[in-house]
Amino acid sequence: MTQPSKYPERIALIAGQDRPRRNAIRHAQGRGRFVDDIAFANLAHLAVARSPHAHAKIREIDVSRALTMPGVVAIYTGEDMKGLCKPWVGALNHFPGLRSPEQYPLAVDRVRWNGEPVVAVVAESRAIAEDAVDEIKIDYDILPAVVGIRASRAPDAPLVHSQYDSNLAYEMSLTAGDAAAAFAAADLVVEEVLDLGRQTGLTLEPRSIVADYDPSLQSLTAHSSTQTPYQMQDIFVRHFDLSEENVRVIAPDVGGSFGMKLHVYGEEMAAVAASIQLGRPVKFVADRLESFLSDIHLREHLVHAKMALSKTGDITAMIVEDETGIGPFSVYPRTSAMEGNQALRLMGAPYKMPNYDGHLSVLFQNKSPTCQYRAVGHPIGVSVTEHLVDKAARALGLDPFEIRRRNIVTQDMYPHTTATGYILERLSHEDCLDRLEELMDYPRLRAEQAELRAKGIYRGIGIAAFIEITNPGPAFYGIGGARISSQDGCVIKIEPSGKFRVAVSVTEQGQGTETVMAQVAATYLGVDVGIVDVVTGDTETTPYGGATWASRGAGIGGATVMKAALAMKANLLEIASVVLQGKPDDFDLSGGEIIFKETGQSAITLDELCRIAYFRPDTLPEDYHPQLSVSRHYVPQGTPFDFTNGVQASYLEVDTETGIIKLLDHWVVEDCGVILNKQLVDEQIRGGVVHGLGGILLEECLYSDNGQMLTNTMADYLAPLASEMPDIHIDHVCTPTEMTPLGAKGVGEAGTAASGSVVLNALNDALSPLGAQVTQTPVTPERILRALGVVAD
Amino acid sequence: MDPLYPISFTLNGREVAQEVSTRTTLADLLRHQIGLTATHVGCEQGSCGACSLMVDGRMIRSCLVFAIQLDGAAVETAEGFAGDPKMDALRKAFADRNALQCGFCTSGMLVAARDLLNRENAPDRNVIREFISGNFCRCTGYEAIVDAISQVANATAQSRDIT
Repeated sequence: MTQPSKYPERIALIAGQDRPRRNAIRHAQGRGRFVDDIAFANLAHLAVARSPHAHAKIREIDVSRALTMPGVVAIYTGEDMKGLCKPWVGALNHFPGLRSPEQYPLAVDRVRWNGEPVVAVVAESRAIAEDAVDEIKIDYDILPAVVGIRASRAPDAPLVHSQYDSNLAYEMSLTAGDAAAAFAAADLVVEEVLDLGRQTGLTLEPRSIVADYDPSLQSLTAHSSTQTPYQMQDIFVRHFDLSEENVRVIAPDVGGSFGMKLHVYGEEMAAVAASIQLGRPVKFVADRLESFLSDIHLREHLVHAKMALSKTGDITAMIVEDETGIGPFSVYPRTSAMEGNQALRLMGAPYKMPNYDGHLSVLFQNKSPTCQYRAVGHPIGVSVTEHLVDKAARALGLDPFEIRRRNIVTQDMYPHTTATGYILERLSHEDCLDRLEELMDYPRLRAEQAELRAKGIYRGIGIAAFIEITNPGPAFYGIGGARISSQDGCVIKIEPSGKFRVAVSVTEQGQGTETVMAQVAATYLGVDVGIVDVVTGDTETTPYGGATWASRGAGIGGATVMKAALAMKANLLEIASVVLQGKPDDFDLSGGEIIFKETGQSAITLDELCRIAYFRPDTLPEDYHPQLSVSRHYVPQGTPFDFTNGVQASYLEVDTETGIIKLLDHWVVEDCGVILNKQLVDEQIRGGVVHGLGGILLEECLYSDNGQMLTNTMADYLAPLASEMPDIHIDHVCTPTEMTPLGAKGVGEAGTAASGSVVLNALNDALSPLGAQVTQTPVTPERILRALGVVAD
Repeated sequence: MDPLYPISFTLNGREVAQEVSTRTTLADLLRHQIGLTATHVGCEQGSCGACSLMVDGRMIRSCLVFAIQLDGAAVETAEGFAGDPKMDALRKAFADRNALQCGFCTSGMLVAARDLLNRENAPDRNVIREFISGNFCRCTGYEAIVDAISQVANATAQSRDIT
């Protein structure tokens, strides 16, 4: 479906795809530089006393003994923080009615989750700070805790916030057409309640910050493991009453983030407050227990969903009731309503389905706060929809490929708006399904499955179609009042040596941002990628921008760099025309030097051009000033998002005696538009797939009835290891987007969006001859054995 | 303040002398006292493998070993292995194959991979997957890591066949 682009400058093949990432070379030599690796003089360390209870009133805090310990510098309570930091509220205007109380860096009066920070100790070493935490006495009156989603809604449920009349933080409805009429007219209705388990991020590098305040100039430098340095700069400015020009946020190497490291956390705000008070650098690095208790959690949803179909398998409507538990607060500044909002809008999104009735309830609980994380809402929307599609296919005797082909949005329908309101420019569901069927050799697998079933071996095949939200535009956060930029900026300068330095506002957390930006710059400059160096992650040395989240780095950051590179190239051709006394049009930049356009012969090398421009401008005409740096900013245009699409498939075997699943194979066919670097795209997909496999098979934040987090070590919270994971086959369909000049969309969420869904579908396919199905995730051996009746409920 | 005790040991081939408290772990000694930060700390309970390194030829978790136990030992960290052809080949293969994203697990992963290649002549993918299952990686999904180790293993096996 490739059509001529409206962008004549678009180059289809991006240079430098065969080069290893410079960051990878560095890390493989042990030369990473994470926050905790940086040495500071006069460094103080912050440790936190946390709530041992899920819900309690703080009666008294006694820090007197801790304060006398040698090496203790200062101790702060929530009450102290009230005078040091302006409170925040995790609400946005475009979620009308969303409510969440004011928060300070440390709990005031009440604690509302097990692990909530209560007192901060600053000491000469982390060990001393932790010793002092042990000496702090906090008296609590324990209050009843709200733990489960259903418990949060119970009529007699304890209130997480006594000033509210219920534990409802937010609700929204989304309707299209007439779902009730469609259900009344349906030949088949399939229905399910899916209980989707709460997970956490588990970046291997924990949250880390060194806040370094200089009282002589009232300036703050924060070295922070963050995805969003500009957002954090703005937050430090506003909550600590600092001047923007005096606040610098530097993100050095970031050891994984996936959306976890762009929220505001109390401990990090406390470290900033302490540094401002003490006038010395203060470090907070979460240990693993603290990470489990205080990093955001994600995706605890209880979804009651129904799908209406005709007897030929056409999906006519869905009705969805999604309830999600977000802990005690909506997280600042992006809110905890976004995940449910996106889950609700992704229901049925690959399909023509004209009627929809969705309702979302966002509920407070006494558990760790949840918020946006990789593939926000996608695994929920995809798992629910695709589970019902398979269930319907079984009821109608249709093949899973057949029922999907019957319902997907087809080429003749674009641009298309989903029943849930998403505008789709052009997707490629048909091609993706065709490629997948071929790639996985579907008929052979079905034959093998049937053969083995006859021998009592239960294998399952699961497929799922998905769409993925990427390249978010200004309508995402800015419109709701959050000071989170949707534009990005890039400065390119040519060094006297003729090499290029690119400073750009999208950031790197290992996905290869810097490499891709270097490739785009090199491609549009016409030089080798080896002479382009990229700088990211520092508010002082890069232009202001949105940074990297929601799969916006390549599409939006790439377009920004492209614009700057084209401007830089025009400048260089102009300088060449002055030096060589021709017209800019006579020249081109190719192969790393200025050439005569007509003959292709070398005109002047870049280092010679720079020697003249930088050191002998006296030889140039009077009043000619060579422009050796350029800046460009880029705002995403058109629809609010650029959607990608794809399909995944899983092949697995279930041991019906032990309930253990063995993943045999996994396939992904996806379409992210123009591919800027195939290796990096494929590895984003693989990493994303395994994130989703962890969520469906292993990962679950379990709580006791009174709200104690039970899975708070890596021995208890199981996450994917190499021996459990399959090799993952990937193929691509390419539908370039016309929403950005590069034609590239995002790819960071695609793997995670559907990998759990295909495992759930494959499991239920394997269990279907036994009349069993699993509807609670993760699909642990215990839950499988219960479904099979091997273990009694 | 904790009392300090003198220890001396070999670190990446060089003699070092340090004073350590009884509760300082090897990982903290390396990172915060000596300033070698390639050894990363991910869980402090021996689960994640990020802090893996070699002590007297055996792979250990440096978050689970106290520095004071090291007196007289030979320690090799991800900064070391100078002139070790397997480590050199692994470092290159990891970069070429993009067998790392954020890089936080990489040092431990490289130490484990080299240890495997010193134990096994030609490990297949399953053996590799099994062996590196003590090392957690949140970014890659492991396939690229398995590819990189496999490529070095195959190249080593081939050169052995030729000679």
